[in-house]
Parts: sequence; structure tokens; C-alpha cells
Amino acid sequence: MSAQVVIFFVLALIAVFGAVSLIVQRHPIHSALSLILVMVALAGLYLLMGAEFVAAVQIIVYGGAIMVLFIFVIMLLNAGVEERTNLSRLAFYAGIPLAVAVTALIAAAIVGSKAATALPAAAPDTLTSTRTLSMLLFTEFVYPFELTSFLILVAILGAIVLAQREN
Amino acid sequence: MVPTNYYLLLSAILFGLGIVAFVFKRNIITIFMAIELMLNAVNLAFVAFSQALGKPDGEVFVLFVIIVAAAEAAVGLGIIILTARNRRSLNVENVNLLKL
Amino acid sequence: MNEFLTHWAFLIVPIVKIAILVFIVLTVDAYLTWIERKVIAHIQARWGPHRVGPHGLLQPLADGVKFVFKEDPMPANADKVAYFLAPFITLMLAMTSLAVIPFGPQRFTVFGYETHVGIADVNISLLVLFAITALAVYGVALAGWASNNKYSLLGGLRSSAQMISYELALTLSVVGVLLIAGDFSLRNIVDQQAGSGKGLWSWNIFPQIIGFVCFFIAAIAETNRVPFDLPEAESELTAGFHTEYASMKFAMFFIAEYTNMITASCLATIMFFGGWLSPFPDSWTFAHYLPSVLMIPFGLWVIFDGVKYENLFGRLLLPGVGTVIAAIGAALIVFPVANDAIQGIFWFLAKVFTFLFVYIWMRGTLPRFRYDQLMSFGWKFLLPVSIANVVLTSAVILWRMH
Repeated sequence: MSAQVVIFFVLALIAVFGAVSLIVQRHPIHSALSLILVMVALAGLYLLMGAEFVAAVQIIVYGGAIMVLFIFVIMLLNAGVEERTNLSRLAFYAGIPLAVAVTALIAAAIVGSKAATALPAAAPDTLTSTRTLSMLLFTEFVYPFELTSFLILVAILGAIVLAQREN
Repeated sequence: MVPTNYYLLLSAILFGLGIVAFVFKRNIITIFMAIELMLNAVNLAFVAFSQALGKPDGEVFVLFVIIVAAAEAAVGLGIIILTARNRRSLNVENVNLLKL
Repeated sequence: MNEFLTHWAFLIVPIVKIAILVFIVLTVDAYLTWIERKVIAHIQARWGPHRVGPHGLLQPLADGVKFVFKEDPMPANADKVAYFLAPFITLMLAMTSLAVIPFGPQRFTVFGYETHVGIADVNISLLVLFAITALAVYGVALAGWASNNKYSLLGGLRSSAQMISYELALTLSVVGVLLIAGDFSLRNIVDQQAGSGKGLWSWNIFPQIIGFVCFFIAAIAETNRVPFDLPEAESELTAGFHTEYASMKFAMFFIAEYTNMITASCLATIMFFGGWLSPFPDSWTFAHYLPSVLMIPFGLWVIFDGVKYENLFGRLLLPGVGTVIAAIGAALIVFPVANDAIQGIFWFLAKVFTFLFVYIWMRGTLPRFRYDQLMSFGWKFLLPVSIANVVLTSAVILWRMH
């Protein structure tokens, strides 16, 4: 096995461990830490695929801004450990077959589809430079780019309005 | 050289785990985090296809997904804070009235 | 043996470089605390540590021994995972950020493996540093929350809010340098400043003076140093987020803070002051003897100061250290190959130590900001000025293209 496949399996195991830990942990802060672990593992996978700028943006924006927002909200709302009601116990044990079924269905759909089988078996080792991405972003995708800046402005205004005190 | 199907399989597993967390957890913030996990799984599929086809378009889409997730997290957490203050609990089973 | 080394060189050489770098950085951290205490003491018209060893030089060693032997408590009802994880994350991120910094220009080959002075040479080294700065917020926030102490929580939330606010100004103030250099790689940023051998005048400080001021202020706020150290000041919220940490875990926060200072100084020299480039033009070859010209008299002075010292240990240690320094200075004159190799690293270290001295000087001189003054300064002054710097730089570049 080449070194890349080994690194892929290590990072994939860390990501799956983080996702399972998100479900299993009872305190939301521990779930948030597991999600951060998943995101860092995914950033490693992006680096393995040669998408260096996307990996850096994933850690800076997702791991460094969005998850910090989650952790602040959990600390401010003083979220506690989840209680165990009868409904949640039933759901937890009866839900495992459902989880396996849903995952198998999605996996079969993605891997068995015509688009996936038409791809080359192993992709070449390329490194996408930031220059290529930015040329694409500002020529072909300039309308979505400007629209997302509008979207962020709307989100800022919405967050400010929501956080206002009632006078 | 990792086959693209490995990445797609990992993306499917993470998406399934996100759905499980979304359906079975009862803390509203944890449910929101499951949504972020699903978005991340989709991002992984995007980048995998982008590498397989050799075009950087998939990575540009990933940037857009990350930006939209950031905007959604900001507004969604604002709504969660207001709802939690009103209902005095973070349990979704308590948000069961049509009028607050 | 030789073949084993050649086959596995791609793994062994970075590990050896990491070991050397960690050893050097930990020693520099320890003696940085000594320099800080001495400099602040002399600013305040008193002596600093001067009892433990000659001139207090063994004080960091005594502090280290104290940290090892002190009791390591854990508060009751603290979240065990987060309590253990917070100093670990902070120290790990601080040390990782040193991996992408290039320390010198040379590229050399050892055991057939081509390498350079620095651990990792990635295309996006500046983005990696920003990613690490973004993740550093977690160490502080988790430390404040895990201590089960409302003052720690408040200090931790204040400190993380401060770090997030100044992180934006930090990132934007560097965009001007990126526009001029056209590349994220720190090595290429320094190479682009080499210019045409004009020395000092081609550095990025002259076109980007506003960017440098914004970057330096934001870097001080990011590393939680005076005048932005309200969240961790001892007279304020009972030492803030690291109140409940003692002994080894506190030492981890301490080392992480000094390592972050070193990284910020290295970044400031690389991006604005030419990194390892000499300020003298290339045609002034006599400037190559500057390291020796500085080291030989300093070594002789240490010897003369040492032989008059009050106790026997100082009379042995100081002349020994002085002899070593003078011998290295003389060796650099005798072996020109070594002299050429040492030039880049000498200038890099000189500039980094100048910035560290400015950090320490500010700690001895300036009062600290109140929290609301701090936040309004970050959002209402520094961020608009950084954005204005980006707009101005792009306008000038566009005008020059025509």
C-alpha cells in the first residue's frame, strides 16, 4: 500500500471517530470538540487531494470562526448534559439499524452511480494553486461571488437585529 | 494515489452519521452541529470529484458552501439564543407549541 | 548504515531538524523570561534577578525546577477532558507555527536529500500560520470554561473575544504584502524583497508602513501582551483564564505565550523587514564581517566582567561563556565559508531579537487598555485602517500597471 492510502485511512478513521463521538457524547461541548476534530481531519484529506487553499480556508473559517461561534453559544447558554428520557432511550437503540440502512443506501447510490463509474480509477497527483482558483472565482463565478458577499451582509444584519434587546 | 471511490464512501458515511445525529439528538445546538457535519461531508465529495476530473470548479463550490454555512450558522445561532431564552431550555421536545 | 540513512532520509532529516528547533526554541523561551525580567527591572530602576547564578543567568533553570516539583491540582467539578486539553492545544499550536517559518536562505543536501533551513516549505505557509492563529482561540476559551470558576470563564471569554477581533485586522493588514509579493509562501516573500541588491530600501516596510503598524498592533493583541493583556493580568480578574492552572499546565501556557511572541516577531521580520536579507547593499562586502566585529568585543567584555565577579562560580562560568563567544567570532573571520553561511541566520536573529526587545520594552512602559477601549480600538480603528491599506495598495499597483 502506498503512503497516501495509509494516510487516507488514518485521517478517515479520525473523521469517523469524531462523527461517532459527536453522536455518543452527552455534553454539547464535547460534541463541539468532536466536530472540530472531524473538520481538522477533513482539512488533512483536502491537503491529500491537493486542494491546499480549500484546506486552509476550511480550518480558518469553519474551524476558527464557525465552531468558535458554536462554543461561545454553548458557554453562554450554559448548556448542560442531555437528560435521558424514555423516548430518547428507545430512539437510541432502535435507531442503529436505521442508521446503517441510511448510510448503506447513500453509499450505494454514490458509489454505484453512472457518474462514479465513469471516473478514472485513481486521480493524478495535482496541486491546485491559489492562482487557478482565484482566476476561476473572479471570471466564471463572479456573480455567485458577489451574491455571497450580499448574503453575508444580510446575515450580519439579521444577527444584529436578532440580538437586540427589546426596548 | 487514493481511488476516488474511497473518498466518496467516506463522504457517504459521514453524511449518514450526520443524519443519525440530526434525528436522534435532542439538544438544539447538537442538531445544528449535525447539519454542519452533513455540509462537511458534501464538501468532501465536491473536492473528490474536483480532483478526479482535474478541474478546480469543485473547489470553488466548496468555498461557496463554506461561506453559506458561515452565514447560516450566524443567523441560526441567533434564533437559537432567542428561542432558548424564551423557552428556558435547549431541548427540542419543549418547542412544541405553534405560538411561542 | 549509510544506505539506511539515504533511504529513510526524507523522514529522519525533518525529525532531526524538529528536535534541534524545539531544543533551541525552548532554550530561547527560557532565556527570554530572563531578558524580560532584567530589562523591565532596569526600566524600573532596580536590578532584576541577580542572585541565582552570575547575573541571575540560572533563574530560568530554577523556575523550571520549581514548575516540575509544584503540586498540579485539578479543581473539583472541572470538565476533565477540557481541563487537560486546553494547555495541550495552546502549546501544540504555538510549537506547530514554528514549522513553516524559513530561518535562512540556504538550500543544502544531506544524504542525498535536498533540504533548506526551516522545517516545512509549503506553498501556503502564510495561510497555515493564520489557520494556527485561528485555532489558538480554542485553548483560551476551553481553559476559561473548564476551570469551573466564573472569573476564569469571564477572563477566557474576554480573551477569546479579543483574539477573534484582532485576528481580522491581523489577516487584512498582511494582504498588502501579499499583493506586492503575489505569493503565499514566506520564502518567496523574502526572496521578492531581495530586489536589486539595494539593501534596506527594497524591503516591504517602505511601501507598507501602515500595514506594518496594523500588523504589529494586532500581533500584540493576539499574543495577549501589554497593552492588551487585560484578560490575563494578575491585578484584574484574578489572572483570568489561567487562574486555576498551576505547575506544569501553567508552564505550558507560559511557554506557549513566549513562543507566540517569537512567531509574531519572526513574521514581522519576514514580511516587512526582509527576513534574512542584510540591510547593507550587496556591494559593501566588508559588512559581511559584522557578526565577528560584534561577537569578539562582546566575548572579551564578558571575560573581563567575569573575572571580577563576587563568587567562584561566576568567576568560572562567565569567562568560559565569554571565551566561547570570542572563539566563535574569531573562527568566523578565519573560515570565510562559515562566515557566508552564517550571514542570513545572523541578520534574521538580529531582527527577531529587536522585535522581542520592543515587545519587552512596551511591557515596561505602557499601561493596559480597558476592555471596552480595547474592543472599540480593534473594531472601529484598526479594521477600517487595514481595509483602507488594502484598497490603497491595490490602487497603487493598478496605477503602476498602466
